[in-house]
Amino acid sequence: MSDHDHGPAKGLLRWVTTTNHKDLGSLYLWFAFIMFFVGGFMALIIRAELFEPGMQFVDPQFFNSMTTMHALIMIFGAVMPAFVGLSNWLIPMMIGAPDMALPRLNNWGFWILPFAFAMLLSTLFMDGGAPAGGWTMYAPLVLQTGDAFPFVIFAIHLMGISSIMGSINVVATILNMRAPGMSLMKMPLFVWTWLITAYLLIATMPVLAGAVTMLLMDKFFGTSFFSAAGGGDPVLYQHIFWFFGHPEVYILILPAFGIVSMIIPTFARKPLFGYASMVYATASIAFLSFIVWAHHMFTVGMPLSGELFFMFSTMLIAVPTGVKVFNWMATMWRGAMTFETPMLFAIGFLVMFTLGGFSGVMMAITPVDFQYHDTYFIVAHFHYVLVPGAVFSIIAAVYYWLPKWTGYMYNETLGKWHFWLSAISVNITFFPMHFVGLAAMPRRYADYAVQYADFNAIASVGAFIFGFSQLLFLYIVIKTVWFSKQESKATDQVWEGAEGLEWEELTSPPAYHSFTVPPVVK
Amino acid sequence: MEQRQQLAEADHIKVQVSAGKMVLVVIAMFAFGFALVPLYDVICDITGLNGKTGVIDASQAGDDDRFTPDTTRDVGVNFVTSVNEFAPIEFRAEMPSMDIHPGGVYEAKFIARNKSDQFLIGQAVPSVSPREASLYFNKVECFCFENQPFEAGEEKVMPVKFIVDKELPERYKSIVLSYTFFNVSDKAK
Repeated sequence: MSDHDHGPAKGLLRWVTTTNHKDLGSLYLWFAFIMFFVGGFMALIIRAELFEPGMQFVDPQFFNSMTTMHALIMIFGAVMPAFVGLSNWLIPMMIGAPDMALPRLNNWGFWILPFAFAMLLSTLFMDGGAPAGGWTMYAPLVLQTGDAFPFVIFAIHLMGISSIMGSINVVATILNMRAPGMSLMKMPLFVWTWLITAYLLIATMPVLAGAVTMLLMDKFFGTSFFSAAGGGDPVLYQHIFWFFGHPEVYILILPAFGIVSMIIPTFARKPLFGYASMVYATASIAFLSFIVWAHHMFTVGMPLSGELFFMFSTMLIAVPTGVKVFNWMATMWRGAMTFETPMLFAIGFLVMFTLGGFSGVMMAITPVDFQYHDTYFIVAHFHYVLVPGAVFSIIAAVYYWLPKWTGYMYNETLGKWHFWLSAISVNITFFPMHFVGLAAMPRRYADYAVQYADFNAIASVGAFIFGFSQLLFLYIVIKTVWFSKQESKATDQVWEGAEGLEWEELTSPPAYHSFTVPPVVK
Repeated sequence: MEQRQQLAEADHIKVQVSAGKMVLVVIAMFAFGFALVPLYDVICDITGLNGKTGVIDASQAGDDDRFTPDTTRDVGVNFVTSVNEFAPIEFRAEMPSMDIHPGGVYEAKFIARNKSDQFLIGQAVPSVSPREASLYFNKVECFCFENQPFEAGEEKVMPVKFIVDKELPERYKSIVLSYTFFNVSDKAK
């Protein structure tokens, strides 16, 4: 077995040709980190413009490009690749596999991404500007995009192909590569949530690919899928898009549920409460995600029976989600809790994600959604579930597993600073948006009426604090990865309460090829 | 060692089988996206969404008891016209509304004029509201069934013949028939 215990190859080309799950995990995570700052920079342009009413810095077309690109980059460039990176790093180590099942596919899946985003970002410099019709790309508005249009469509095709390849790999790994004794119901919850997420991706990404292909055909090949003049219907686009789009929002949150379910038991020093119910709740959420899509479009003029169906099915999602939230609380109940940075972010996730969930239930109610539709209330809702939701979980995961990956502890004091700055500023940013939203401030406009000025100024201040706080995160990560001193060496178990194969069976950092001989799980 | 290799080979086949299955799912879901297009049309036909109206064959009209006017009932039909963005067309109904009896065949006229100095092809897209009533609104003949060519500056009077079904529920006292005119010169064959 000694012939396999070599380290990585030398030189830059290593990163291009690597098929090692740890290398690719790092590549995905760094890519996501860069995109997080690119998308964040766009968010700050948006908030700078909205600091005061009237037009200050950018023209409305560019403003709309910023909202559109910010969303596309954060969703497809930051959050999704970050989760895929975590899955690459962790799934083999958690189930006792030597690597992912399809390593070369894994390499390809990653290296498509830089090209996809180079294409997407290049649209900023094109005639007619970057896409400005919103990330949902509703026809017919999106068909007015200039030269950028085909580039956006093909960039989305590439991102979709990348996600599909990543997902096929995850499912093939989990189903075939588990160590002896690692039955499905013994898998760590992060593995479970990723298995279900991967199925969601495999089922919905092709539908998005189909929808944008239809847009492309309408624009260039004279078809009329979404053109009323030719017998099509623009509302059809919204149905197809949200058939993808709603499962997509769970793709962005289910792995976060998995992460939090790993972190909370460690720092509460108690096993996860209700493991089996967590698995079933995740599966129910995934199933329900396919039958609720039209709650994004209550105002298009659906039959009453349709509005009622989508209202009730949407509210039903609160049940499995509630099961999860209560399980996490029960895990912490009477636990010997400590509050290291990963735990702080996990608890921050729990509190603020639940808050976002509540506003979600509010807008599930069809009649009141007519008031909330396309206002800042919606913006507040999905930022609460995505920033202190998905993004906090990713940050928590990085703090939690970074000592395992690198062999060194990060600076705990700075980590705590990072948490408190982020947690406070994220609320300063997004909480006021509830108020302006209820007062009917519409989303996706570069300007607003003066009565919204105060809350918008507050939100902008919060956004800048949040944005710059993330530079602290970057500093902490760089320092831990490359500039750690010998005295900050992490133990193999890293955290006192950590359980699972990656903590108990592997060194910190793990060997380049770990689990070449599968462990036996009792 | 050999046993391990055999195991690895078995694993390899298992992996390829599951990957193959998932590729099939991906292809099926891509097709499903496109299948949603006709599926949506079917749902619109059933529910009357999208302003889809019932269509009665012209030959059917008249020789069925359903198509004798029910003179005890009056229903107002209102006409709304609009022109899609940038189309150089002037478009109006001859009369803004008419009172009809369900079951009778009526004709309304719409007038459109090409305001530009170029040939264009127009297409009217109908919509009926309230949506629940649209299923009972039957067009026997309509200018909206076909593309309408216009010479530069040409004005046309275009008829629509319709029957409102006698089974229209009592609560509907008036129906709106609206048309949007599109310039489809670059799409028409």
